[in-house]
Amino acid sequence: MFTRRALLLLAVQTGVMGTLAHHLYKLQVVEGGTLKEQARRNRTSRRQISPARGEIYDRCGVLVAGNKPNWRALVMVEETTDLQAVVDRFATIVPLDERDRARIERDRKHIRRYVPLTLKEFLTWDDVARLGLNAPSLPGVLIDVGTTREYPFKELMSHIIGYVAPPNETDVQHDAALALPGMKIGRGGLEQTQEATLRGQPGTVEMEVNAYGRVMGELERVEGQPGARLGLTLDTVLQTRIRERIGERVASAVVMDCRNGEVMGLVSTPSFDPTLFDGGISRTQWNSLITDPATPLVDKAVSGLYPPGSTFKPAVALAALKARAITPSERFTCPGYYDMGGVRFHCWSRYGHGSINLHQALKYSCDVYFYQVARRCGMDAIHEAAVSLGLSGHLPIELPHMRAGSVPTPEMRRRHGHHWNGGDTVNAGIGQGLVQTTPLALATYTSRLATGRMVQPHLVRTVSEKLVPEDIPPLPFAKDSLIAARSGMFAVVNEPQGTAPKARLNLPGVQMAGKTGSAQVRNVPRALRESGHFNSMNLPWQYRPHALFICFAPYDNPRYAVSVVVEHGNAGATEAAPLAAQIMTDTLVRDPANRTSLSRGVVARADDVSE
Amino acid sequence: MSLKDFTVPRTARRLLRAEPNLRMFSRLWQINWFFVLLVCCLAGVGYIALYSAGGGRAEAFAQPQIIRFGFGLLMMLGVALASPRVLRMLSIPIYGLSILLLALVLKMGHVGKGAERWINLGGFQFQPSEFSKIALVLMLSTWFYRIGRERMGNPLRLIIPAILTAIPVVLVLKEPNLGTATIVGVIGASLFFAAGMRWWLIILLAAPIPFLGPFLYSHLHDYQKARIDTFLHPEHDPLGAGYNILQSRIALGAGGRWGQGYMHGTQGQLSFLPEKQTDFIFTMIGEEWGYAGGVLVIGLLFLITMSGMLIALRCRNRFGRLVGLGISMDFFLYCVVNLSMVMGVIPVGGVPLPLISYGGSAMLTMMFGFGLLLSSWVHRDDPD
Repeated sequence: MFTRRALLLLAVQTGVMGTLAHHLYKLQVVEGGTLKEQARRNRTSRRQISPARGEIYDRCGVLVAGNKPNWRALVMVEETTDLQAVVDRFATIVPLDERDRARIERDRKHIRRYVPLTLKEFLTWDDVARLGLNAPSLPGVLIDVGTTREYPFKELMSHIIGYVAPPNETDVQHDAALALPGMKIGRGGLEQTQEATLRGQPGTVEMEVNAYGRVMGELERVEGQPGARLGLTLDTVLQTRIRERIGERVASAVVMDCRNGEVMGLVSTPSFDPTLFDGGISRTQWNSLITDPATPLVDKAVSGLYPPGSTFKPAVALAALKARAITPSERFTCPGYYDMGGVRFHCWSRYGHGSINLHQALKYSCDVYFYQVARRCGMDAIHEAAVSLGLSGHLPIELPHMRAGSVPTPEMRRRHGHHWNGGDTVNAGIGQGLVQTTPLALATYTSRLATGRMVQPHLVRTVSEKLVPEDIPPLPFAKDSLIAARSGMFAVVNEPQGTAPKARLNLPGVQMAGKTGSAQVRNVPRALRESGHFNSMNLPWQYRPHALFICFAPYDNPRYAVSVVVEHGNAGATEAAPLAAQIMTDTLVRDPANRTSLSRGVVARADDVSE
Repeated sequence: MSLKDFTVPRTARRLLRAEPNLRMFSRLWQINWFFVLLVCCLAGVGYIALYSAGGGRAEAFAQPQIIRFGFGLLMMLGVALASPRVLRMLSIPIYGLSILLLALVLKMGHVGKGAERWINLGGFQFQPSEFSKIALVLMLSTWFYRIGRERMGNPLRLIIPAILTAIPVVLVLKEPNLGTATIVGVIGASLFFAAGMRWWLIILLAAPIPFLGPFLYSHLHDYQKARIDTFLHPEHDPLGAGYNILQSRIALGAGGRWGQGYMHGTQGQLSFLPEKQTDFIFTMIGEEWGYAGGVLVIGLLFLITMSGMLIALRCRNRFGRLVGLGISMDFFLYCVVNLSMVMGVIPVGGVPLPLISYGGSAMLTMMFGFGLLLSSWVHRDDPD
């Protein structure tokens, strides 16, 4: 009986064991493939690695935006028992300020357990050494190195280069790669417009992780593509000189290679320190920046709109010559004023300039001459010329804050529901009233006028060491017209009774052509003006006219164009012209066109200038 | 059935059979060394697996476990030499002690992971439920030995052993450890069966069991219900309750036919496997050694079970037979419940894989049980 029953039990045991072995077979061999894949997914974690952002250099190979190692202290939360105690002990070694503590408090709430929590960034070498010494009392704290954007020239270049900031929610939705740790997105300046070039391609790394998500090792690594190296047209040495020349003035200056539109100097003062934004800016600092009447955050050279004043006169002359409204030798009479429709428009000279031709009109900067020319050729012709000279409309400069100049036509004004008076045309003749443009547009205009080519201002010279080629078409003006305008500008600086004798260059054999301009910022009451005792120098600073000057040199073979706008500088001849001359001298001495880290760029051939 | 082939040499056997009262050395010679070898093999498998589970460090799990095994081996050989008369005399105190410990653990035990209850015995932790299984085998065998085969037909005679079985089952159930309680119950039932319980009674008692299912389910603890739900639908909560089952299945599958290689199982080495050194050690073996290794381990477990059953069959006295069968069933049930658990066949419950899983009480009580098994082998030819 026992034997029977025991054997029965043994049979049952054999059956059960056999079933289990069969089940194991099913699990391991039959379903093995799919389960193996699940195990692989279990243990591997694919992570993208942030590419290094492209560096930016000036034309001579000087770094203007780079990546600097950023030593930071992190804490692995999963390795600490009491995070607060570790943070407090850390603070006794490396002080933590309010902002750091607030950030730690915020991060610890939503950070994942195995992602290290940043305690402090931008550690100095001393900090790192002290932390290393105290490592035993700081469980879970580790030092690692990331990168942070570095701008060696600080406020000198801040308007042009811009800055980087952590991407926001919308950016991440646009490009998932931005969600990677340490990724920054360009805000403002070239960092913003060249984002696609600078960002690079993220790489991937496949890591083995344990059940807690802790990285155990690296399985495979595909290096990303670092951002392209950007070479600029700017010359930092020249840029620094221009900044020194401007000094305390609220001004902007643009230096351009007038043969190809390479912007070699682009300065707007005052400026701001871009690193202020990197580490977070305090409310008081921010308030002082935005309430400053000198507007340090605004890049006046590119986005400051000013009436061009008399610097606009060569453009009016070209418009009239092209429309065949005048000839260079045709004379107009200036009695010191011009009456139209019961309104009297004054010349800057109360005594008038008498009977003068184009050359003289430019030399003396006679207002009445250009009142009449403007009326004769009409606003449409002036607009057309302004557009082809770059004074009106967008310029292809690689800056997001570029503002287009505007030289409106009556038609355009009407479209916007405004009225056009005959006086508006008259005022436009001397670059006042509705005409507005930027210092960059003025430099472009000067370059085009000097070379007769449609040069386009640009800042990016090379991408990954390759020159960005361009094709430069000629201007739609007759050569004679251009020569007439240039010779008028030559007279402004070099002939007796020219308006800007102070702009004469003190360089042997090099002569400069230029044009002064003063732009009213406020209507001067007629009574005051007609009293003859009006002197704008007596006005408070913010009511004084802006002083402008445009020039190019050498006159016989134009290389460089310079435009200068000194805010509330009162008179172009006294305030802007000498500054422009100094800048031009610096430029010619430095000769940045021949100082490049590469073979020379594309250079347009200038027209002959001599008559 | 050629039992003789796997026992001691024939000449020695004949020689020893003539002398019923063997001297100590001769009795040692009588021990079934083949069985001891199988047990040592299993412990060896455990050592190798625990070495891997410890991440390549013997001191983590493998070394303490093998030291325990050493003690267990000595204890097993000692028990193997004890005469059945002494064991029968000790059965009541041992059973009483086991019940006392079970009651004590309910009062003051430490609750482990959900269910297992531990008692702290001066420095080392002890699980009385493990011990109660052996005690029950000894107790029931003694009882059935006493009443003899003939009186098994009287159902009234079975009331006391039924109560003796019910006490530990209920106490373990109260811990609450459903898995071990079931094992204790099944061991008891198999002893009733082997002792000669009448078929009509068996059928009468077994008939209502299918209808008891829903009733039992409604009396389960919430955690036990959750465990069953998790078992039926592990994918509902892959990172929570269903995690163990899913990861265990994944690990076994990842092992494939030949395994990922010793110490190279990603699921085990990267801690995806829960409790890989204790209840889920077989999963790690399956992952690292593949189906080939897993089936070898199952084969070894089966060989030990079968040897135990053959020892019981070979035994000539009722007490030895019942002890041998009870211990074999105990071992077998341990293996089956653990293997089914890690393969996801039955809901998870804290049942270790004997001699392989890391843990002291299970190892020592199992070795004590093997000692009883060997004792019945040594005294196989004693008359009833």
